[in-house]
Amino acid sequence: MNKKSKILNSNALYTFIAIILGFIVGAILLLIIGDDPIVAYSKLFTGVFGKPKFIAYSIVYASPLIFTGLSVAFSFRTGVFNIGAEGQFVVGSIAAVVTGILFDLPAPLHILVCLISAAAAGALWGAVVGLLKVKRGINEVLSYIMFNWIAFYLSNYVVNIAMFGRDSGGEATKDIAESAEIGAPEFLKTLTGCTDINWGILLAIGAAILMWFIMEKTTLGFKLRAVGFSKTSAEYAGISSNKVFMISMSISGILAGLGGAVQVLGMQHRVSQFATQEQYGFQGITVALIGASNPIGCIFAALFYGAMKYGGNKLTMVNVPAEVVNIIMGTIIVFIAVSHVFKRLLNKKTGGEA
Amino acid sequence: MAKKSNIDESQIVIQMKDIVKKFGNFTANDHINLTVHKGEVHAILGENGAGKSTLMNVLYGMYRPTSGTIEVNGTPVEIDSPQKAISLGIGMVHQHFMLVQPFTVTENIILGMEPMKGAVVDLKTAREKIVELSNRYNLMVDPDAKVEDISVGMQQRVEILKVLYRGANILILDEPTASLTPQEIVDLMDIIHNLTKDGKSVILITHKLKEIKSAADNCSIIRRGKYINTVNVETTTEDELAAMMVGRQVSFKVDKKPQEPGEVILEVKDLHGKDYRGVEILKGLNLKVRKGEIVGLAGVDGNGQSQLVEIITGLSKADSGSVLMHGEDVVNKSPRFIFEKGITSIPEDRQKHGLVLPFTVAENLVLQNFADKEFSKNGILNKKKIKEHATKLIEKFDIRPVGCEERLAGQLSGGNQQKVIIAREVTNDADLLIAFNPTRGLDVGAIEFVHKYLVEQRNKNKAVLLVSFELSEIMSLSDRVDVIFDGQISGSMEDNKFDEATLGYMMAGGKADE
Repeated sequence: MNKKSKILNSNALYTFIAIILGFIVGAILLLIIGDDPIVAYSKLFTGVFGKPKFIAYSIVYASPLIFTGLSVAFSFRTGVFNIGAEGQFVVGSIAAVVTGILFDLPAPLHILVCLISAAAAGALWGAVVGLLKVKRGINEVLSYIMFNWIAFYLSNYVVNIAMFGRDSGGEATKDIAESAEIGAPEFLKTLTGCTDINWGILLAIGAAILMWFIMEKTTLGFKLRAVGFSKTSAEYAGISSNKVFMISMSISGILAGLGGAVQVLGMQHRVSQFATQEQYGFQGITVALIGASNPIGCIFAALFYGAMKYGGNKLTMVNVPAEVVNIIMGTIIVFIAVSHVFKRLLNKKTGGEA
Repeated sequence: MAKKSNIDESQIVIQMKDIVKKFGNFTANDHINLTVHKGEVHAILGENGAGKSTLMNVLYGMYRPTSGTIEVNGTPVEIDSPQKAISLGIGMVHQHFMLVQPFTVTENIILGMEPMKGAVVDLKTAREKIVELSNRYNLMVDPDAKVEDISVGMQQRVEILKVLYRGANILILDEPTASLTPQEIVDLMDIIHNLTKDGKSVILITHKLKEIKSAADNCSIIRRGKYINTVNVETTTEDELAAMMVGRQVSFKVDKKPQEPGEVILEVKDLHGKDYRGVEILKGLNLKVRKGEIVGLAGVDGNGQSQLVEIITGLSKADSGSVLMHGEDVVNKSPRFIFEKGITSIPEDRQKHGLVLPFTVAENLVLQNFADKEFSKNGILNKKKIKEHATKLIEKFDIRPVGCEERLAGQLSGGNQQKVIIAREVTNDADLLIAFNPTRGLDVGAIEFVHKYLVEQRNKNKAVLLVSFELSEIMSLSDRVDVIFDGQISGSMEDNKFDEATLGYMMAGGKADE
């Protein structure tokens, strides 16, 4: 393959085109409702890049999304659609907040306990759905969605248990012990002006590298990918797809659960009563799609999404509805979904592939 | 079948000159010439991956040639899209049909060029035209049947109708008989004759010599991308065609020395099993395979062969009965367990079971063995060893293109995909090798090669169970033939007493002694 066709066949190019098209569609809609897209997009841009603080916040926003994005990507690679990252994220936050409040341990150990319990909670949430799929043939998409709601109400229940609830009676849990927090050192906070800056991003990048390693370098990854590409051929070759589904759905749950923990330990320090689903899990689907289910791709996709979320908050300052960000993200997904059409069109012009 | 030629030598409809098509550094077509006359059946013969399909895709506007010229009816043309090809009267029937399953035949045929009456599709006129075309060429297509309900043979005739409906005078048929039954092949040959009688030209891409002999006027041979020759089919023998295609003499005879078989290695006893619909399809089947012999399982498709092999290899569950491997019952055990007991197989469906198409060739070659010490340590894959292993097998088994270790299996031609599987399974060197239609879709050179390896396994005192729908293959390879009919073995025959008529009779349900 020559260089030119390599570029034409790479996913990154089509993702880039899709992102540009997403912004164009967003601009058209803004024009229709009578807003100036140039004003809106420049606000979005300065809202993200205007100050070091903004950049720092964009990264803070991205950390949990990297985790949920990896969670969904991991499942995609084995042929499962983890639409349940939302619920796994929530049970991960509960586990982190409960262990963060209840235990009294020295700092690094306390953090570790919180992370492990969040991972375990996420794994359990994924594994139960896996068990239903493997043993009873229940489509995972249905159970995942139901488990999202179970997690949702479980979380609201925990928030309202007296032992965990705020003494002041607000609709949230107590704050976790300081020893469980993963905030960055003071000087970084002063330097950036972002008080929420935390180590979550490093954990997320670590998780992405670990996922890449498992997928590409290990025998486990070989099995996972084989089942993801062709369940029948994998079974023929003696790989048990049921085992693979259980493993992959558990690991996927772990990743989303850790996302919940990072959000609690790093930024929120508590869990509040939900009125609606928080969407971290669903946004993870977007991240996985933009990142083409590639762990490193997910990091960039989540940084992009995090920046859009953070910058989008500021659109109201110029009287532009913040929802335009959701429209842009949705449009990008549509264009990525049809990207094989572009691929064929561009390839044909240059004579196709062998 | 008597062949009557309808060729009109005075009128050249297609003239391709010095066609070159390169993909990167790889030259798929290297200065190829092709001349097709009115009313001619022109065969294009070549091994798997020789560049036949590439040439036809150039003619059909799917690829642009790197250099060379094309003339249609004497006028130089640039064919830059299939639409352009269709407007020039060129139509292509692909090997894999492109039909919408829940649509009717009529709907499929008009798809993309629906005749309109105001704002609605004028199905009635379309239907009439289809019936008229179907009758003229004796295609016997039901215009109102849903495609999902009709046979493979009729689906192909729908594809031919689709092309005719668009006004094609030159029809390209890409390996049209690959998935047809023998009777459907005979019907197709008649249809081709009807088409040329009406002044249409047919380009037949194939690697089956018998079909060329029975249907074609002229034959152009391509070998590894290079144009070899165009010959008159009438005056050329099958052996000569095969030699030109492969570049050496091909032996159709299998060289096999008599050999005394050893102890029983696989014994299937009173096996009962259902198919995916829940209908009992194995009805108490008994079978024995001994060391050092090839047992051929002859039978018409659908008499329980697939279920039998799936049960032996652990992919399906049996209702009752036993499968004894070395005396140990392995029935309803996992595929892994059975593999480790020494059963390996060349599966019936190479894309569904044999290969993970988006995996590289190297990965596919270790599909069962990636966790062995040789290829991984503490759960970490040794990519270097896996690649070296692939390089060795690619060379030994002549998998093309050379240096395809890192290519995706899905990018190889069908014949080379099959070679990947055969390389893997023969290298497994298990005590029992089950080969299910191992040469389907392969060219004669590759068939010779597969047969050689099956016999080699037998000569090494391993056991081979050959399941094939091709009686000639079974008869030339087997030491013993069992005939399967309606889920049971209906008869057996030893090597020195093979008789095609009796076997055929048993395959149709007759008893050997009647």
